[in-house]
Amino acid sequence: MDSPDTDWADVRLHVVTGKGGTGKTTVAAALALALASGGRKVLLVEVEGRQGIAQIFDLPPLPYEERRIAVAPDGGDVYALAIDPEEAMLEYMEMFYGMRRAGRALTKMGIVDFATTVAPGFRDVLVTGKTTEAVRRRGRNGRRVYDAVVLDAPPTGRITRFLNVTKEVAGLARVGPIKNHSELVSGVVKSPETAVHFVTLLEEMPVQETLDGIAELRAAGLPAGGIFINMVRQSLLPQAALDTAVKGRFDSEELAVGLKAAGVTDGSQAQALAEALAEEVEEHAHRTELERAERESLTEAGLTRYELPLLADGVDLAGLYELAESMRNQGAA
Amino acid sequence: MRKPARLDIDAILDDKGTRIIVCCGAGGVGKTTTAAALGLRAAERGRCAVVLTVDPARRLAQSMGLTELDNTPRLVSSPEGGGQLYAMMLDMKRTFDEIIEAHADPERARQILSNPFYQSLSSSFSGTQEYMAMEKLGQLRRSDEWDLIIVDTPPSRSALDFLDAPERLGRFLDGRFIKLLTAPAKAGGRSAFRLLNAGFGLMAGAMTKLLGAQVIKDLQTFVSALDAVFGGFRQRAEMTYRLLQAPGTAFLVVAAPERDAMREASYFVERLAEERMPLAGLVVNRVHVSPASGLSAARSAAAAEDLESRGEHELTAAVLRLHAGRMQLAARESREQEHFVSAHPTVPVVQVRAMSEDVHDLTGLREIGNLLATA
Repeated sequence: MDSPDTDWADVRLHVVTGKGGTGKTTVAAALALALASGGRKVLLVEVEGRQGIAQIFDLPPLPYEERRIAVAPDGGDVYALAIDPEEAMLEYMEMFYGMRRAGRALTKMGIVDFATTVAPGFRDVLVTGKTTEAVRRRGRNGRRVYDAVVLDAPPTGRITRFLNVTKEVAGLARVGPIKNHSELVSGVVKSPETAVHFVTLLEEMPVQETLDGIAELRAAGLPAGGIFINMVRQSLLPQAALDTAVKGRFDSEELAVGLKAAGVTDGSQAQALAEALAEEVEEHAHRTELERAERESLTEAGLTRYELPLLADGVDLAGLYELAESMRNQGAA
Repeated sequence: MRKPARLDIDAILDDKGTRIIVCCGAGGVGKTTTAAALGLRAAERGRCAVVLTVDPARRLAQSMGLTELDNTPRLVSSPEGGGQLYAMMLDMKRTFDEIIEAHADPERARQILSNPFYQSLSSSFSGTQEYMAMEKLGQLRRSDEWDLIIVDTPPSRSALDFLDAPERLGRFLDGRFIKLLTAPAKAGGRSAFRLLNAGFGLMAGAMTKLLGAQVIKDLQTFVSALDAVFGGFRQRAEMTYRLLQAPGTAFLVVAAPERDAMREASYFVERLAEERMPLAGLVVNRVHVSPASGLSAARSAAAAEDLESRGEHELTAAVLRLHAGRMQLAARESREQEHFVSAHPTVPVVQVRAMSEDVHDLTGLREIGNLLATA
């Protein structure tokens, strides 16, 4: 199949990160749907054991197994995989050493627990290893099995450590198989086939964390992708009204006239209600102004930005398709 | 909604018997800000307070003028009336290093500190932060330099990690695998796996293949060195745990009026009861209120529709739509809180309304403190 004409046409591995509470998993799921549309095959990967994908798609908990979970618009399939580091380790031992039984014994002895506790770098290399294997995997026809892989990754504060496996592992294992494996992973993660996307809200803290995260990622030589601004609210008021409101000069008398015309209040109460509503408008204008400033600071990063609407009814399956469509309209997929 | 008792913040702060306040809750609900605001208010009411934060986002720092991770409390403000506010941001690695230095002889301490596994454990083990926070809390309390310690718990994935961490670290260091690795050291330094039977031999081979021989060697050195100083770890962890159950401690569960955060708050309240930890109440941050709450969402939306269909007063119609949205949000938030209140009717609650701006300075913290106490 030809590469579609999108901003990330050559990218095979989409890593989605974001501060807690920004809707990272939702965006990753919608991106997988968007990338799959038009008859493509996409794998959505989860690594933190939270079963967030199952919750969003309203499915029972996902096993450690790639299975089809959704059909994209215009055909196309989304597969999902919840990576369990323990299972990944067994698979890895079998694949490279044919030692599944010994692997089981290690698990029983708590070595995986041990490795993930004392050296999170080991755990990360197993998880990213499994993900990049799916990216590289080819079918009998020699073509890649997945057109794209979307990884619902750890949050912004941890993303660079998580992806920079070679560095994390180097201190622990200077030679040996883990070290070689981490170099293989690194080859994929640092290539132009990978893009790390950031999910943020138009609020001070998430925006600052996004900018810090991007700087850190770049310093480590990892490829930054796009910024997904989530839960954007449409302003209902015209800009001129917002401008006067932010200065505290919103005309409550005119509002009172309108309220009377609408019949929500009688004459004596109209002015008091109008003043209360004007206060609300001023607060709203103030927030809109802050959001504008946050949007502005995001431009500093020099990355492509996409805006996703706040879903009025919360995130459900219909909402995911709505977000996916919005992504496609903006060229993200 | 059944009305819960109001959480009286000032009564807690003014009670000289309150020596520790622990703010816990899901990530992103404003725990750190709450902790800092309580600290400032306590100081302004005459207490000598120290705020201990473990949040790597360094937010508290910014609002209190701190810039660095630091292991010593710094004076932030000494308001009139004799009170003082100190604050510190936990440096987890340094706290860990100090424990090692205090409990191992210099040669052994050097061995541990330079070991790659120790370095990994002390800077990134997901339980280390919680463990060190509890350790630091114990240290501050024993020093008796402050009469009120306010601690902000780490943003853990699972909410009560800070209670579980000491035990988890203990379990980990007592585990079979550790025993296996320390066995040779205890048997006089012979090779790690020589003493073991054939089944273990297979496994040892697997481990060496998987990790490499050097890694195994580093691991062994690390574990046997740590083993020697660990006795003290568990003991102090237990002391801190008992300190938290003592009557001078007040747990505040912090939440936002959203489903996940309120669910987490419920879980906290139940866990604290199980652990017999003294719960003071629930703080719900970022509650949206409307100055025109007498006009319902439904009436507001209907009036807007009416004006729109007549093509009159466009701006008023837009304002009414905005108000309807705000009232809907308020209703949703109140439903989320109702679940909590009906499940835990005896837990006192205080709500803090949403601010349009983040807190940047002491003035902002003072305002939050006012809202907490008088909302």
